[in-house]
Amino acid sequence: MAEIKNYTLNFGPQHPATHGVLRLVLELDGEVVERADPHIGLLHRATEKLAENRTFLQTVPYMDRLDYMSMMQNEHAYVLAVEKLLGCEVPVRAQYIRVMFDEITRILNHLLWLGTHGLDIGAMTMFLYTFREREDLMDIYEAVTGARVHAAYYRPGGVYRDLPDSMPKYQVNKYKSAAEVARLNTHREGSVLDFIEDFTNRFPKCVDDYETLLTENRIWKQRTVGIGVVDAGRAKALGFTGPMLRGSGVAWDLRRMQPYEVYDRLDFEIPVGKNGDCYDRYLVRMEEFRQSNRIIRQCVDWLKANPGPVITGDHKVAPPSRATMKANMEELIHHFKLFTEGMHVPAGEAYAAIEHSKGEFGVYLISDGANKPYRMKLRAPGFVHLSAMDEMARGHMIADVVAIIGTMDIVFGDIDR
Amino acid sequence: MPITPEVLLSRLQDALGDRLVSGKVALGEVTIEVRATDWHDVAVQLRDTPGLRFDELIDLCGVDYSAYAGVGREEGRYAAVMHLLSVTHNHRVRVRAFCADDDLPVIASVVDLWPVANWFEREAFDLVGIIFDGHPDLRRILTDYGFIGHPFRKDFPVHGQVEMRYDPEQKRVVYQPVSIDLRVVTPHIVREENFGDVGHG
Repeated sequence: MAEIKNYTLNFGPQHPATHGVLRLVLELDGEVVERADPHIGLLHRATEKLAENRTFLQTVPYMDRLDYMSMMQNEHAYVLAVEKLLGCEVPVRAQYIRVMFDEITRILNHLLWLGTHGLDIGAMTMFLYTFREREDLMDIYEAVTGARVHAAYYRPGGVYRDLPDSMPKYQVNKYKSAAEVARLNTHREGSVLDFIEDFTNRFPKCVDDYETLLTENRIWKQRTVGIGVVDAGRAKALGFTGPMLRGSGVAWDLRRMQPYEVYDRLDFEIPVGKNGDCYDRYLVRMEEFRQSNRIIRQCVDWLKANPGPVITGDHKVAPPSRATMKANMEELIHHFKLFTEGMHVPAGEAYAAIEHSKGEFGVYLISDGANKPYRMKLRAPGFVHLSAMDEMARGHMIADVVAIIGTMDIVFGDIDR
Repeated sequence: MPITPEVLLSRLQDALGDRLVSGKVALGEVTIEVRATDWHDVAVQLRDTPGLRFDELIDLCGVDYSAYAGVGREEGRYAAVMHLLSVTHNHRVRVRAFCADDDLPVIASVVDLWPVANWFEREAFDLVGIIFDGHPDLRRILTDYGFIGHPFRKDFPVHGQVEMRYDPEQKRVVYQPVSIDLRVVTPHIVREENFGDVGHG
């Protein structure tokens, strides 16, 4: 009989199932993984080093480009850290807007996760469905911030501007007839908040549709049940947070345990898994769709009833309005100093963490009292989860590696930073 | 309900005793400093003491303090900082230790306590150059294969030392010294106390 040796397989860095640029060196015994060694850093841009060389405000757009699938949540952790150091008050309306956009972003992220996870392990259709809903959410992003992906909307002290009163509409052109345009514009007649409210009414039905396609699907269960099992104790030792930890049965959610912004005023449940396998993590995320939808709905109701300022009135932190800036010398100086030298943040250190779609996203800021951070460290959930790749993949078949990458919901922007 | 930071700090003082060099509560966060030689022992205590029970290592990073406020810190140049979270008791702590030797910063690895430390320590080694004694596999992680230097040290220029391009004559990718100059648009400014105070406020 021929002697069979282990062999090493290079998975990626340009493989669609790696969700970016992951080079995974797999040591195989036949088709069974003996060791998995992820080589990361192919998308390393030294965001933390760049932040040390930019003013506090200039770093905000870099945050979008970390986990580029949950853009505003990254900004959120960053502005929370800056606000903590500044000791700055944020208007309640801005807090509700941030919470609402965090949850919109969570749905955006989970929709992408569901589509690609499905695509990777053989449920092609999911991708087409989830991208239909992503389109609506990205239109909301665009209507409010002007950008469909890299929003740069949160600011230390609030958000850049209030929600607009109208939703952009489709126009008749040579590809779209009047009837088609009228159909596309049915939900867009009111304000942005009306559009979001309408979305929250439609969305539970969409989640039901995804569930009919997958939850009891035999092939889906064969590919996910019992794959990548991590028990609760091990999940904690491996530093898991977010759905990865909840899938293993630990009811840990920063929105509930260490509430920030207005999460303590909102009503939502925390779904928890039982077995800690890919299927349970799938179920947890599916329930998070519904819970996020509930939170968005509560925020919409509050925001409709309570107008007010959306950014702090402290002009050492946030710029004055355009009109006062043109009419008042003091305000002009504030504006000029803020956009040239930037705000000065008191010396000290702060760690701010939020419940990101993928887990705990934290920003550790050290300031020496200057207009730039002295050191910034980003705690990326994907980095931690991917470091457990070796342990989770060991003993599984090579095809299950793809399921495990999918269930980790990794995005290289935040792993490589 | 989680305990207040002050209560946590007193618990830490009771548990660690002499090992605690300093401890303070600032901005609602507890920060303790320990000696680099006690790093591993303190970590064991923080994880296993019943009233503390820090079961998750949330973050571990290296910091180069050499340019802090323009002068650095007297304790030393390099520090390792870890953020711990107790899922059991719902509290957090930040632990810092300054490495003794500025030329060869060494500190004990905590991979045996929290396996998640593996990549964090590799990252701190790669970017700041702190050596973690007892780490099973201390390789570079984020920078390129064959990279020289530790980019998050304060004396490493933000544009790097080398750049890469394709050389059509050699028909391969080559490295060469960077051809761009460092351009500082906004300088790093630390204002003295009461700057801009005109005295009639």
